Amino acid sequence: MDKEFTTVSIPTSLHKKIEEAIRGTEIGSVSAYIVKVVRESLSKEKEQEAKEVFSREDEEKVKERLKALGYID
Amino acid sequence: MIQPHGGKLIERVLTGAKKDEALDKAKRLPRLKLDPESVSDVENMATGVYSPLEGFLGEKDFRNVLNQMRLADDLPWTVPIVLDVDKATADSFKPGDEILLVNEEDRPVAILNLEEKYTYDKAEFAQKVFGTTDRAHPGVAKVMDMKDVLLSGKIDLIELVPTPFDRWKLSPRETRVLFKEKGWKTVVAFQTRNTPHIGHEYVQKTALTFTDGIFVNPVIGKKKKGDFKDEVILASYEELIRNYYLKERAVMAILQMEMRYAGPREAIHHAILRKNFGCTHIIIGRDHAGVGTYYHPYAAQEIFDEFPDLGIIPLFFRAFSFCKKCSSVVNEKTCPHPSSEHIQFSGTKIRDLLVQGVIPPAELIRPEVAKIIMQFKEPFND
Repeated sequence: MDKEFTTVSIPTSLHKKIEEAIRGTEIGSVSAYIVKVVRESLSKEKEQEAKEVFSREDEEKVKERLKALGYID
Repeated sequence: MIQPHGGKLIERVLTGAKKDEALDKAKRLPRLKLDPESVSDVENMATGVYSPLEGFLGEKDFRNVLNQMRLADDLPWTVPIVLDVDKATADSFKPGDEILLVNEEDRPVAILNLEEKYTYDKAEFAQKVFGTTDRAHPGVAKVMDMKDVLLSGKIDLIELVPTPFDRWKLSPRETRVLFKEKGWKTVVAFQTRNTPHIGHEYVQKTALTFTDGIFVNPVIGKKKKGDFKDEVILASYEELIRNYYLKERAVMAILQMEMRYAGPREAIHHAILRKNFGCTHIIIGRDHAGVGTYYHPYAAQEIFDEFPDLGIIPLFFRAFSFCKKCSSVVNEKTCPHPSSEHIQFSGTKIRDLLVQGVIPPAELIRPEVAKIIMQFKEPFND
């Protein structure tokens, strides 16, 4: 079974900076802070990459059903 | 338009020649009967409601969902979607097999491309997902009664099973086209398993003030004793929307799915599903997806802190009541008056009045909605 966690290195100065930043907050550890920020950053990048593609034909078929059900005029 | 969860809207519905081929093949495949709740799960996977899931969870994903509330690739996912069978049935299949999934009436639903079989600990499942192993919790009771082996693999849907509510059933593909046709850039989802009272309307319209449209999305499917029947919920919302909402700002469609009553975890699950429908926001109130007193009243809001990468924005609402002095729905932040001036939106109180044939006060429920509910002889699940 794969390990659930692994170790990543960051500069000590950055570690101290994060420790000060999270003092008094609900974020329990430097690790928790980094996990949160990185996940947020990665998801924003991914949102910008992904594209949704409906063919015109698919879209028209859907509109027909929506009209028949009274959702659109 | 907000991206589907995981970046791609899953579509595993067979059509045309592929469907005909599957139906022909189905005659020769081993069969596995599904209960209605699992049929809903299969349909939701196939139509993209459960994107990025393409099938029942494999062991790695299952364990990560239990332990981390994420799939193995770190994408948020909080409620295991699994298929349980007894050991004898599991032993009759091997990875690589194709299995025909049928409903309780033996109607072909989908083909399961079996990838894995694995065992699991039911008490661990219950404790991690529901936060308790108390059998009085409906979700725990279901898990403890599950069979011992889980099957995983991608599914290919042969046909949606017709229901009495198909008029209200839209796939994520369809809701996304609908929201685009309406010109909505921001859409707030309202998840419900109840008929609407004035408090619900207040919350919905407050959220609608900040978004282009509202997607009222009742959960239709297995619920607990005492919950309103599905047809009552739909009829009452249809009446509310017709009389009190602008057609260009509000739509309703159903989510066919079993309620798990998993509180916080289910709040995230609900948010993900509505993101797949194309919603940019979701209303999360007090004790969302809760039951009894298993969850802290606002735990289902606090859990969102753990998912900065969820993608859909939660709109949190505190408990509300009707203030006679303010003559409006209020909450702890907006009303200075004592509780003696407040009428509580008690579901029990409203139900008791309706059952007695008494229309509740207009401060609690729209009279048109009350009358619709009272038309049903037995509006509640047994």
